[in-house]
Order: sequence, then C-alpha cells, then structure tokens
Amino acid sequence: MSSNKKYWKSVEELNENSSIVETLKQNEFVEEIPTDEFLGNKDSLEASSTTRRDFLKYVGFSTAAATLAACEGPVIKSIPYVVQPEEIIPGVANYYATTIADGYDFASVLVKTREGRPIKIENNALASANGNANARVNASVLGLYDSLRVQSPRKNGTAISWDELDAEVVQKLTALKDSGKDIVLLTQTFASPSSSKLIAEFKEKYGNVRHVVYDSISESSSLDAYQAKYGERGLANYDFSKAMTIVSVGADFLGDWQGGGFDSGYSKNRIPQNGKMSRHIQFESNMSLTGANADKRVPLTPSQQKVALAKLYSYVVGGSVSANLPEAIEDAVKKAGSQLKKAGSNGLVVTGIQDVNAQTVALEINEYLNSKAFDKATPIKTRQGSDKEVMTLIADMKAGKVGAIIMSGVNPLYTLPNATDFSEGLKNTELSVAFSMKEDETSSKTQFIASAPHYLESWGDVEIKKGHYALTQPAIRPLFNTRQFQEGLLKWMGNDVSYHDYIKDAWGSSILNGSSFNQALHDGIFVGTIATETIDTTNNTSNSVEIPSGDAARALAASAKSSALELVLYPKTGMGDGQQANNPWLQEFPDPITRVSWDNYLTVSKYDATALGLVNIHVANGALNGSYAKVTVNGTSLTVPVIIQPGQAKGSVGLSFGYGKTLGLKQEMQTGVNAYALYKDFSSVQDVTVELASGEHEFASVQLHNTLMGRGSIIKETTLEIFNTKDKEHWNAVPVVSLNHVETLVTSPEVDLWDSFDRSIGHHFNLSIDLNACTGCGACVIACHAENNVPVVGKTEVRRSRDMHWLRIDRYYSSEETFSGDIEKKENISGLSSSLSEFGEMESASENPQVSFQPVMCQHCNHAPCETVCPVAATSHGRQGQNHMAYNRCVGTRYCANNCPYKVRRFNWFLYNENKEFDYHMNDDLGRMVLNPDVVVRSRGVMEKCSMCIQKTQKTILDAKRDGRVIKDGEFQTACSAACSNGAMVFGDINDKESQVAKLKEDNRMYHLLESVGTKPNVMYQTKVVNTTEA
Amino acid sequence: MRQVIHCKLSKDFLCLGLIILLAFSTSLSAQEGDPVTGKTLFNANCAACHQLDKKMTGPALRNVEIRLSNDQGLDRAWIYAWIRNSAGLIKSGDAYANKVYNDYGGTAMTAFPQLSDQDIDNILAYTAEVKVEPVAQATTTKTSTETTSSISNELILGALAILFVLLASGLFLVNKTLRRFAIAKDIDLPETKRTPLWKAFVQNQFLVLVTAIFLLLSSAYFVYGYLMQIGVDQGYQPIQPIHFSHKIHAGDNAIDCKYCHSSARVSKTSGIPSLNVCMNCHKSIYEYKGETTPEYSKEFYDGEIKKLYAAAGWDDAAQQYTGNSQPVKWVRIHNLPDFVYFNHSQHVSVAGIECQTCHGPVQEMEIASQFAPLTMGWCIDCHRTTNVKVEDNAYYTKIHEELSKKYGVDKLTAAQMGGLECGKCHY
Repeated sequence: MSSNKKYWKSVEELNENSSIVETLKQNEFVEEIPTDEFLGNKDSLEASSTTRRDFLKYVGFSTAAATLAACEGPVIKSIPYVVQPEEIIPGVANYYATTIADGYDFASVLVKTREGRPIKIENNALASANGNANARVNASVLGLYDSLRVQSPRKNGTAISWDELDAEVVQKLTALKDSGKDIVLLTQTFASPSSSKLIAEFKEKYGNVRHVVYDSISESSSLDAYQAKYGERGLANYDFSKAMTIVSVGADFLGDWQGGGFDSGYSKNRIPQNGKMSRHIQFESNMSLTGANADKRVPLTPSQQKVALAKLYSYVVGGSVSANLPEAIEDAVKKAGSQLKKAGSNGLVVTGIQDVNAQTVALEINEYLNSKAFDKATPIKTRQGSDKEVMTLIADMKAGKVGAIIMSGVNPLYTLPNATDFSEGLKNTELSVAFSMKEDETSSKTQFIASAPHYLESWGDVEIKKGHYALTQPAIRPLFNTRQFQEGLLKWMGNDVSYHDYIKDAWGSSILNGSSFNQALHDGIFVGTIATETIDTTNNTSNSVEIPSGDAARALAASAKSSALELVLYPKTGMGDGQQANNPWLQEFPDPITRVSWDNYLTVSKYDATALGLVNIHVANGALNGSYAKVTVNGTSLTVPVIIQPGQAKGSVGLSFGYGKTLGLKQEMQTGVNAYALYKDFSSVQDVTVELASGEHEFASVQLHNTLMGRGSIIKETTLEIFNTKDKEHWNAVPVVSLNHVETLVTSPEVDLWDSFDRSIGHHFNLSIDLNACTGCGACVIACHAENNVPVVGKTEVRRSRDMHWLRIDRYYSSEETFSGDIEKKENISGLSSSLSEFGEMESASENPQVSFQPVMCQHCNHAPCETVCPVAATSHGRQGQNHMAYNRCVGTRYCANNCPYKVRRFNWFLYNENKEFDYHMNDDLGRMVLNPDVVVRSRGVMEKCSMCIQKTQKTILDAKRDGRVIKDGEFQTACSAACSNGAMVFGDINDKESQVAKLKEDNRMYHLLESVGTKPNVMYQTKVVNTTEA
Repeated sequence: MRQVIHCKLSKDFLCLGLIILLAFSTSLSAQEGDPVTGKTLFNANCAACHQLDKKMTGPALRNVEIRLSNDQGLDRAWIYAWIRNSAGLIKSGDAYANKVYNDYGGTAMTAFPQLSDQDIDNILAYTAEVKVEPVAQATTTKTSTETTSSISNELILGALAILFVLLASGLFLVNKTLRRFAIAKDIDLPETKRTPLWKAFVQNQFLVLVTAIFLLLSSAYFVYGYLMQIGVDQGYQPIQPIHFSHKIHAGDNAIDCKYCHSSARVSKTSGIPSLNVCMNCHKSIYEYKGETTPEYSKEFYDGEIKKLYAAAGWDDAAQQYTGNSQPVKWVRIHNLPDFVYFNHSQHVSVAGIECQTCHGPVQEMEIASQFAPLTMGWCIDCHRTTNVKVEDNAYYTKIHEELSKKYGVDKLTAAQMGGLECGKCHY
C-alpha cells in the first residue's frame, strides 16, 4: 500500500497558488537560461543573414582551403644590403659601450646589436665604478621601439618640419632677448660637462637665460647638506665594500636612494669570507629591498626615524637628545651606536630622511668615524635638482615673468604635486617647447614638441661621479625625425657644429688631457685625473649657512613631529620615477617585496589595517583582492588599493611613485594612481588620513603572503655564529632516507631510482646562486626577458597565474621574527591541537618578518621528473647538463609542468605575438625589433622554460672551436649571470675543476633545492648566513 | 626560316672577310711588339682599370698610340714615362698629363716601374690590334631541325591513332557482317551463361578481403609519402629577379664560394652577397664573353648585368654611382623553419665541409636550386656518419682524448660528440 505521505523540497511547494511551483513543473529552471546573452546580442544574431548551414559551409571551405594552402610553402624574399657596412656581418652581434642618463638612471652599459638593431643591454665590465645596469636600465632598450614615440616635431598637435620650428623658436627667443622676461631651460639632471658648457654659451647668447634642474624625485636636501658641508653640490659617495657595519636610517640604498648603484659593493661583504661578513642594521618604515636584506630590521615611523638618527648621533659622537623613543627601538639604536663605535672606520651610516639636518648628521657621524667607505674625493653628480628653484620658477611663471620655457627630460605636469600651478604658468609663457619622446602630460600642453631621440640614438657625455666620465654614443640611426636637446640649443645659437663634434672638442680641451677620444668612446668611460670645475647650476643655495654639528642633531630631534599616520612615498624597483611606464617588461615585473605586478598600492601594517577595516582576500582562483582606501594629504585625495605589508611600521603607510600616467602610453599600461599628487613640497613623508573606500581591487600578484613555515629545505639559513662554530651537518645537512634500516644520504647512488649518465666528459654546466649576495633587485629577470623573447601576458593573465617569467625571484617571510624562530616553533609543535593551531599561525607572516629572496628558474635536474612524463619526448636531457625543450615537438599536454617540483615550466595559453588581445611590444612591428633572432618565438599551446641560455653556451663553444682554443673560466655566461653585478649568480663548467663554479659546488654552504626529491639539479644555492652579532 | 639562314650565311662571309683582312693588317702594324705577350701583360696589369674599347676607371686604350700621336703629338717616350711614373709626369707640369689627371677625377694612374720598354711595346702592339667582331654561333638551324623532329613525332602519333581507329572499326564491321551471315544461315549462336567476372569476384570473400587490405595499405603508403613531402622543397628552383648563374661564376670562372658568401665563415648565415660585392668585379665586367646557348644569349646576360647596374645605382657610361639604388629582392631557396638552429661557420670553418656536400654541384647550376631535402633525417644521417675534425684544434684535444677512450675508437662522429641532442639545434 502506497503511502500518501507528501514530500516537499521547499516551503514554497506547500503554497498551492505559487506561480513558481507552477513554473518549476513546466521548466527545469525558474529563470530562463540566458542563451542569448551567451551567444551575444540577440538582435544582431537575428539580423544576421548567415544561417547555420552557411556557417558550416564556410567552416568546411576554410578548413579545406587552409589545409591545401599549407601544402605549398610560402615564397620567402631575402633582401641583402646594397652596400654592406664593414662592421656588420648578418648573424653576428656587435657590442657598443654607451651610457644611459635619463635623469633618473645613470649607468655605463654595453649595447648588443644584431644587424644594426640594439636588442639587449649588458653590463660594461670596465665601468663598474659607474654603477651597473638595474632592472630598469636592462629594460630601457624596449623604450627605443615604443610605438607611441613622437615621430616628428609638432606644433599644437600638427606635424611640422624642423626648419619651421627653428624659425619660430629663434624669432621668439630673439624677441624675448631684450624684453626683460626670462628664458628658462627646465631640464633633468644631465651631469654632462658638455651640456653645461653648451648651456653657459646659450646663456651668453641670449642673456636672460635661467637653467633650472628638476629631479622628479628630489634629493635636494642631501645635495644642500653636502654643499653646506663640503662646498660642492653633489651626493656623498659611499663604497659599501669597505664598510663592515652599516647602519641605515630610512635609506633604501639597494634601491634608488641617491641614484642607487650601491648594491654590488654591498654584496661583496655579505658573502662570509674567513668567518667574517658585514653587519647591516636597518631602521625604516616601509619594507624596502634594503630592509629585506638587513641582518636586523627595526620598523619605525618617519618621525621616529629622525629621533633615532639624532640619538644614534648622541651615542656615537656624544651630546644628548631630549626626545623619547619606544623602549625596543631605543635599545636597538643604542646597540647600533655601540656597534658603530666599535667598528670605527669600518662603520657607515646612511640616511634617506629628506631633511638637511638629517643628512648633515649622517655626514657628521661618518666624518667622526673616519669611515673608509665615505669617498669624499668623488661625490656623485647624478642628482642636481633644487626644490627651491623649481618652486621659484613656478611662482615666476604664474606671475608672467617667464617668456619662454624649454624643457628636456622632464614631465612636470605629471611629476609636480602642484601641476595645476605649472599648467597656469605655462599659459603665461610666450614660447613653450618640450623635448620629449612622448606626447605626455606636459608636452601635449606645450606649443611645440621637439621630438627627442632615445638615448640609444643620441650622443652625450656624463660625469657620473666627480672625475668619472662616461660617453653616450648612438647604437642605431634615429628611427624617427628626432633631434636631441643639445643639438637644438646649438641650432638656435646659430652654431652648425654637430653635438658629437662639440663633445669631442669639449673633451679634447678639458677632460681627456691628451688621451684618445676614440679609446674613451670604445671603453664608454674615462677616468680623469684632473678635477674639472663643475658649473654651479644653483644660485640660491650658495648662501646657505653652515650648521654647527651638534645643532643638526638637536634640530633634527626637535623637528620630529609625530602624527597619527604618516605616508612614505617611495620609488618602486620596477618603475622608478615612472619615465618608462609604457614598458611592458617593467609593468609585468613583479615587485620584489609584494610580488605584485601592474599596480601601485598603499602598503599598510596589519595593525593599522585591522584598525581601519582594510583587508586582503585570497580568492578562489588563487589571486589576491584588496580593499580600496581613500588617502588624503592636505586636501588632496586618492583612492588606492591596499596591500597589507608585513614589516610595515605601525603608524606609517607607503605608496610608490611612477604609476597613474594617462598620456603617451598604451591603454594596458595605464595602471595605478599618481602618487606625485601627494608629493607636497617635495617631501617624501606626509601626514595622511586613510579611510576605507568601497569596492575591491583585483591584484596581479605572482606570489601571495607566503611564509616559509620552517621548511628549511627551501631556503637554508643560519647565523654567522653557527656557521663559524658548528659543522656543516648542523646547518646544512643533506637529507637522509632509510635504506635497509640504515640512514643513507639522498645524494648517494644506492637510493636512486635512476642510473646516472656519465657527465665527466665535455662541459657540464652548473649555476650557483648565492642567497647572501642576492639582493632581489630583479635585473636578472628583465635580462632573461630580453635574451629569451619571453612574452608579456598582461594583468588578467598574471592574475590567473599564467605569467611567463622563466626566472622568478621568490620572496619568503618568516612567521616569527626570524627563520630560525620558525624552525624552533615548528619543532616544538606536539599533538594534533597544537599542530593545527600553530601551523595555522605560521601561515601568516610576522609583524616584522625576516625576508629571503630566492631566484628560481628551471633547475636542469639530472634526474628530471618532467622528462619521464613527456609522451612525445619533447623535453630531454643534454650531456652538458641542460634540460632541453624542443618547442616544435611539444603537443601541450602539460604533464611536465604538473610533474615539476619547482614549478618553473610555463605554458603558452595563447599566442602572445601578433595578437591584438595582447597589445604589448610583440604586437607591433616596431616592438618586435627587440626580439633576439637566436631564440625561437614560441607559439600557442607549447610549454617553455629556462634553457640555461643554451644559445649563449653554444655560441661560446663555437667561438672557441673556430679559434681552436680552450675555453677559459668566466666565458660561459647566461643572461641572468651576466646581468648580476652582485656576484650572486655564477655560471660555468664544473668539469673545469679550476672554475669558480666548480669550487662553489664543493663549498660548505652549497645545497640543492628540495634535495630530498632526488632530482639532482644543476642549479645550486648557497646557504644564507645572517650576521646576528649584537654589540 | 629560310631568311634567317640566309642572313646568317651573309654574316659568316663578312666575318671570314674580316679575319682575312685582320691577318694581313696585324703583320703590317706594330712590328716592334708581340700582341700575344702584350695581351697577357695587359690582362695582368692594365685590365683592372682599362678596356680596349670602353672607358672605365681609365680611358679606352684601342689604338692609343695612334690616337696620342695624331691628336696630341705625343710619342712613345711620353707613354713610357706616363706608365712608369704618371704622378711624376703630372708634377713636372706636362699639360696633357694634367688634363688626363683632371678628367679622370684626380686619381693618378698606378705606377708600373717594373715594365720594360719591350713590355710596353708588346702591350701597345696588343692595343693596336683591329677589333674582332664576335662570331655568333650558328645554332638557329639546329633549333629549327629540332622543331621539325618534334613535329614529325606528333605526326607519327596521329597517324598511328588514325590507324588504330580504322582497325577497331574494321573489326567491328567484320564481326557485324559475320553475325548477319550466321542469322541468314540460321546457325544458332550458343548463349554463354557464365557469371560475369565482377560478380565472381564479389562472391569470393577472401579475394575481396585481400584486395581491400592491399588497397588500404597501398593508399596509406602513398598518403604517407605525400604528407612527408609537405614542406620538403628539394629541387626548389625559383625564378630570381636577376638571372644569376652560379655556373658562370663558381664553375666557369672558379670563384670560391666564400668570396661572395663570406659570412659563412663566421656567422650562422652564409649571407646573400650585398651588391657592393657584385660591383667589386662587375665595375669592369660589363659584358658577358663566355659561351652562350640559344636560351641564354650574350644579349640576355648583358641585360642581366644591366639589371645589376640599375639595382646598385651604377651609371656605366659615366663610370660612377648615381646613389639611386634599388635593393634586390632575391627569392630565398633554402628555408629552414624558425625553430631550427643551423650555423654555417660550424660546418664551414670548424668542420671544413665543402659547400657542395649540402648544396650540391652549384658550380654546374645555371639556375640555383635546392639540392638536399633539408629534413631532420638528412641532418641526422650525416651527423651519425661524419667524423669530427679534431686535428689541430685545441678545443677538441681534451674531449677527444676522453671520448675516444670511452668509446674505444680513434675517430669520433658528430653524434658521439653530442650532435644528436635535441637542444643543440632546437631552442
């Protein structure tokens, strides 16, 4: 008998008159399935004349046509030169020494050209004193092939000829000569002896000329302090390789502090030698690259930094400072002071506080310590701007005192906090000319745009440090109808000399002192013996008063006014001051600390974030979302996404410059917000209020807030004390497995599944990465992009974890204060409840975590898990240790990527070249000129990964074969090892027993990544050693 | 046709007459010099800048002595002085010497102090020879006979076809008549009841199966063969914008391949020579003087040289560049896919392999074509069998010693050296 029990699925069903129940009886779903939405616009679909049958016909026909067409090879044309230049051999690269000096980055570099096209920037080994190529310099070659460059001079938006421009400008300038109004040259820092001479001549010719140097990110206070103390406008030059105790108060000297370029010297003393290494103490607010590398990092707000520096002064030099600090910080300062005193001339203090007193105090401490690292003879010349003069200029422009303004290398309407004032002033001028590569915020508002060449198309000279000269030479003929600023001045002075001849002449008379110009041009650098008189570009600062020493510290302490929340503005490693915002390599370059690409953001401490209600959410697809915050400084507000940054000092927030550009760059690159709007009075520290704003921001972060959770096998780390006193087994033990109940090393052949090949014959390449020397600067990442034609995939794809970087730099935080603390905590976990809660805790980083960087690329395992799973044998092993990848054989199963324990394989989910969906450099003819012709551009559906630059090792071998000689150590290089100026990456042949890499392989610090997996990688790491010696 | 032959004959007579005339005239003039030795000397010393009948870097030299004495009143002594030290003569203020110097762009003639009076006499004797009109080959008749023979072939075939049709219709008629006879005589023609062949075939299942398998296999074989030919362009012989004959350059004139394809020694590409390389020689070689065929006549080759001049922007009459050049769009013959790395210098300079090994008898190719299939199998076969040239190369010393010990052989193939690894050619 059947039951008459009634079952119901929802209460609604009990309602007999419910329309929903009725509908549900008829249809499976209540709502109509949105097929129309899915298929596109319904109207257009119905209006279409293409029926289903027609569609099938088209498909059939095109498939058949494509198949037939594929049977016939295309006719390929080859067009040789009419007259082949002597120095060009198709297929052979030429190198030229030149110098980048874009006002922000200054470095002597080598340019690799193929068939006359510059394709890569490399370090100039002769010019290490002039700073090495950082990530931005490495990426600068792509700026040459920017499709949005201004291609000819323009007047109010229409193209004109140079003759027309010259005629109008000269006429205006001549008319202004006796009008009493000023002619202003507003330029970047050139640091160029020839340009200074030329500007002086221009002043003579037109009389009322004023030259104002403007650095978008000001170092004015450091310059003023140095000038007041030493009478010369420059920046203190420090050789970090001579400092054993380094105390930095807010100076990101591994980043862009005072022009940067200090990292290679710093790294030299970070590698423990004879039981010694340098000790680095960092006091800072934002988590910077420098703080991440420090042995001890003390987070504190900018106002506390001032007090800390003043106190440090009192501990080292003497005197008393009245202000107070929290106990922990006070203690840290005291210890730092005593360590500095102990170090004596081996000590060094640097500060990034933008305050004349602070800079003076640092100089005084170094002077007092008689620091060996402080090189007074060669001040750095790469920043010369003066805030006061820029302010005066804007006031004068508004008052109508400026008749003409000629700009070069600056974009004040983007970089000035008071851009509107400048814009108003610009309207009052009778003539405005901008030498610019782009139609950017400023040049689009001037009467004339003088199309400027890229530095790879220009002549120039730079005095990077006093007495250290460098030359810029063109590596390609100008791509467009361009003229550089100096040529323009020469023309308008009625001088028909080319700037090249002008430089040659100037060098011959004042710099070379009889040496050969051609040799200097070949080397790219020239170290002068005579000190040339530098032309003082500032008028106002010459009357600044000498501040007595103790007073500076007291004044500094007194000036420290704390507020509820302080904003610290900083330049990001990838973007710098934002000049290269249209460079997709740099946009996709993940920030070393936050690992976020394609964005700038407000970094907030966990404590402040909780208080303000700001959150970061990890969403289901593994990506990161963050709240928006409304940031207000003195009435100016910005809405910025938030990243909760471990290590950010409580009471401080950080925001980077260089983003939020709106003109002269592609739609995709218009990312982030313009932080220059908050850069009031050129002060990088601002009082700020932060409120939660509505909405959620989607970040493209390649790595989330990962902590190491005590997994020492990934990053091995120890302290200098243990390193010096204990055996290797204690701090760098090789994992063991049980074989017949005997503990056996995983590296021994008995426990291996595989028989090893004999690799003792021929070359066997290995790459060593020293975690102590690696600062995480990312030059290698960009060098790898340039060398290997790595595609840019864009923000949304990065967010889906489809980034293509062959080389990534992993960043790990500790969940305790140090990594050793993590291990201790992990080992003390006992029982289920404790493990659940404590492992949970270990997932979030500490408030002030220890940080480690680890570059990871394909490990080229001798027993590679990827090779065994490839169904088509597309990836196989070479005798020389490289794991080969034959793209044309790959069918895209992605088994290899699944089986790779290091997750270094990258899949081409789309066609990234000649595809308008990915409108980056590989989508336009100009941008594709940067591609390396020796490396295949991969297509959709294939796997790719680091090849250990096999094209470079093959070339080295072939060159040696052709010359019939043995290869010397150091000849083998990969793009990353060549780009690393810090000595962190060493590449070579371990079968050459005398080679550096063979010795590093035997080093006690050497370990392999995930050794217990038994993959036998050809990439090795050197254990990180931290100098924890207190006092 | 007849007219052509007639024309040809009269030209031949003319030539014959000329030769006879020449034989007499040479014996009359330039008795002091030997024109044969003179020609050798001329080619060795003067031909780089002078031709007999054409102004080049220097003036045309046919009958130079007579011209000088008639126009300028200069004797042989002046010529001696000029040839041995023209710069000295110009310096001495000689009017005509300075005129020539200025006319030819202010470049002094190279001094030849080593030439004796006798040498110069011989050269002058050569320059005084009467110009010989080139004798065109009488090949037109040959072609005409060829055409007739091909016509006759067609005729025979046509006749045979008609014969065959006649025979077939004849047989049909005979058959028809015989049947009619049979019917008329009331003879019963036996009706054969055999099953037709196709039906028998269909009924025999075994045969059907075997045939089906055979057909499938053979079609698979041909389809595979066809598919494997896709992208293999062996024998590819495109028409080039300028007819460049490797036969004339590398074959007849035995110019080394690497003279023009110089980057093969140091680069991964062999390089298509730039036009300035062509002009190194073709500044003075403005006409073709070698053997001709009806297809490739002298006029044809001279026309191609003119094309080169147009491309390089060379004004042959004025002997200078116009600056108006037109780069040549050659059709590339050997196309490796982008994912293959091949380096010429590795094979040419290090291994010392002859170009012909891969490119075939280029010196016999009137039109260049792809000789090798350029497939991966072809590369690998060679790497398996070819020994690496390790002698006198310090790079190989260590690896050769170790590897020969390992394999127990003295000679190592490229494969044993690691030349079969994927990553060596694909990255």
